[in-house]
Amino acid sequence: MSPVAPRKLRVATCSLAGCFGCHMSFLDIDEHLFELVNLIEFDRSPLTDIKDVGPCDIGLIEGGVCNAENVHVLREFRRNCKTLIALGACAVTGGLPAQRNHLSLSECLREVYQFRPGIENGQIPNDPELPLPLDQVHPIHEVVRVDYFIPGCPPSGPAIWKFLTDLIAGRTPRLTGDLLHYD
Amino acid sequence: MTNAPSPASPELDDVLARHDHDPTRLLQILIDAQEIAGWLPAPTLTRIAAGLALPRARVEGVAGFYSFLYTRPVGRYRVLFSDNITDRMLGNAGLLDALCRKLWLEPGKTSEDGLVSVTTTSCTGLCDQGPAMLVNGRAIGQLTHRRINEIAELIRQQRPLDLWPAEYFRIDDNIRRTDALLGLDMAPGAALGAAIARGRDGWLDEMRASKLRGRGGAGFATAVKWESARNAAGSAKVVVCNADEGEPGTFKDRVLLNRYADLVFEGMSLAAWAIGASEGFLYLRGEYRYLRPQLEAVLARRRAAGLLGTAILGETGFDFDIRIHLGAGAYVCGEESALIESLEGKRGTPRIRPPFPVTKGYLGRPTAVNNVETHAKTCLIALHGGAAFAATGTAQSTGTKLLSISGDCAAPGIYEYPFGVPITRILEDCGASDTQAVQVGGAAGVCLASYEFQRHIAYEDVPTAGAFMIFDGTRDLFEVARAFVHFFAHESCGFCTPCRVGTSLLKGFMDKLADGHGAKADLNDIDWLDRLLKNASHCGLGSAAPNPVIDTLQKFRPAYERRLVSLDFKPAFDLDAALAEARQLTRRDDPGAHLKTHEESPE
Repeated sequence: MSPVAPRKLRVATCSLAGCFGCHMSFLDIDEHLFELVNLIEFDRSPLTDIKDVGPCDIGLIEGGVCNAENVHVLREFRRNCKTLIALGACAVTGGLPAQRNHLSLSECLREVYQFRPGIENGQIPNDPELPLPLDQVHPIHEVVRVDYFIPGCPPSGPAIWKFLTDLIAGRTPRLTGDLLHYD
Repeated sequence: MTNAPSPASPELDDVLARHDHDPTRLLQILIDAQEIAGWLPAPTLTRIAAGLALPRARVEGVAGFYSFLYTRPVGRYRVLFSDNITDRMLGNAGLLDALCRKLWLEPGKTSEDGLVSVTTTSCTGLCDQGPAMLVNGRAIGQLTHRRINEIAELIRQQRPLDLWPAEYFRIDDNIRRTDALLGLDMAPGAALGAAIARGRDGWLDEMRASKLRGRGGAGFATAVKWESARNAAGSAKVVVCNADEGEPGTFKDRVLLNRYADLVFEGMSLAAWAIGASEGFLYLRGEYRYLRPQLEAVLARRRAAGLLGTAILGETGFDFDIRIHLGAGAYVCGEESALIESLEGKRGTPRIRPPFPVTKGYLGRPTAVNNVETHAKTCLIALHGGAAFAATGTAQSTGTKLLSISGDCAAPGIYEYPFGVPITRILEDCGASDTQAVQVGGAAGVCLASYEFQRHIAYEDVPTAGAFMIFDGTRDLFEVARAFVHFFAHESCGFCTPCRVGTSLLKGFMDKLADGHGAKADLNDIDWLDRLLKNASHCGLGSAAPNPVIDTLQKFRPAYERRLVSLDFKPAFDLDAALAEARQLTRRDDPGAHLKTHEESPE
């Protein structure tokens, strides 16, 4: 009797209001990537360029929620992913983009598009193709239910590796010591 | 901050001199200094720091800790509405609104002319005669719209408080059932004389035989505490009476201090006799400040009668006196090590134990801290002996217990019962009907549903510090729990992260449910927070903070579930409304410029 090869887990990733730093850190797992492709396959991700997310086991979300499109993408991930993970400071707390939260949206947009030195007759872009910004930037758990949080700006490659291998092996993921940091 | 030298203030110098420039008197100095201007301006803090040779930050840290100390201007009339759940049930919110409207004032703000400020405060211990308020520290109960109208007028006329109608300030004792303690008619000094006659060892033997346990809630054996303090190294031992009765719904200590002060002070002297203490403190909660003058008078009378001072009742070597130390609105100071920090003039942050106060307490000296009721009870033991005391109550809970009964019943007030009394009996006696739940032991206590009313008040069944709040069938137990969660979030001392952040998060979840944004996922998160608070907090405040939620989630779960709008998850805010500003700026209203607040379910 030959053992049944375990099914590969499907993983989707995306960056909302983030800087792709967490994705870069993900790639920092270096040679573990070879082990990883034996265990998982990617669905929607900047690595595959698939545009819509399908049914998945794990969704990794980088960045907070700053506009309407982020909300749509995040909801699509939540609908399709059994386990949804907030990856990095911005997804967990709103992070750097949330620094605009103590200003009003009109102050921000007017400053950038109308009052900046060198701008004449500037207008706030209103093309329907562009997603509208929310009045505040939110961490993702304020918009959908989130199963796990990985803090860090960015979380280190080893932390992401430990977290994913725990998850794949069926252990409740737990980061301790050096792997857990908030900066 | 300016570096300009603070202007000279003879009044402030006088306050500092009155307290001997003693840094351990810092809290008392700040309370007295606040009398000068009604609040504590920055130069005052700077001057106090200089006068006590303390860092400026220490002084500011203490001033910022206590609710009744103000580092920003407040009204010359400071109106604080008591905001316990029992006050809410009696309509305090409507009264607060009415007063603010009459005075053209926003709650929490000071009027532009500096005349008046109106806001809420934690339970003021007048639950049996609420809704209640404090005006410049003086308590007014039984508020009605008529009384509020009159008060608004008095404030507008700037009538001094002393000229307000005296009946406003009448506080009733409302003693409804008396037993051994409240029925005791004792000549001052009788218990002390009996204990001195037994000798220090004989007196401790009686205490041991009485099996008296602390009436503050924890139920620690008093004789064991006293013995530890007596045997601890160090000669300058201290007796502290904990009259920081902050547990919402508790007011028995107010009544004991108002009508039975001699029993309380005599009990403190009995403790001093047992452990060999020479110094005593009564830690009086700021809300009961109006009791201070009469308490000082009792102390003076006892000194004159030779019951305090040197060679008490002619017993050479028995020297003991009592000072009153005021609190300033901090629930956490009811925890004995936080209380001791506060006595030393610091922020009321609970200490890490061990060492326990009996070995290292006030200023590192062996200190026995006991509840007001515990002290009073020791008089019974001194008069009639330990065995007689142990004859009432139950095996593990001897004697009687004072209950502060409030909420939905015909006769709220103080009831004294032997331990072991069933809840049903109490409900019958106070005239409660259609009772849905009883919160025993205050916010930190236990919420009992009707199927538990056969249980008994005793340490071996339902322990309590004395609060007994009754909720009939018209009350919403979710709102009861939410009120307590708000209370704990407000009273967290901020020292440890699990409690500081956890109580705040729990408040956020309860408010989310109350606002109609609740989802099943939130109940899971609430469960998780409850466990975290219980297990990770530094002191009892944090670990008790989730109790009201744990109990009501278990016993009144539908009160939560009926508020849920989703079985999965729902944001606490309106996503489409969050796009409104951007829509306005871009003048867009196309479908892409909107978000559905509810996500359609995938099925």
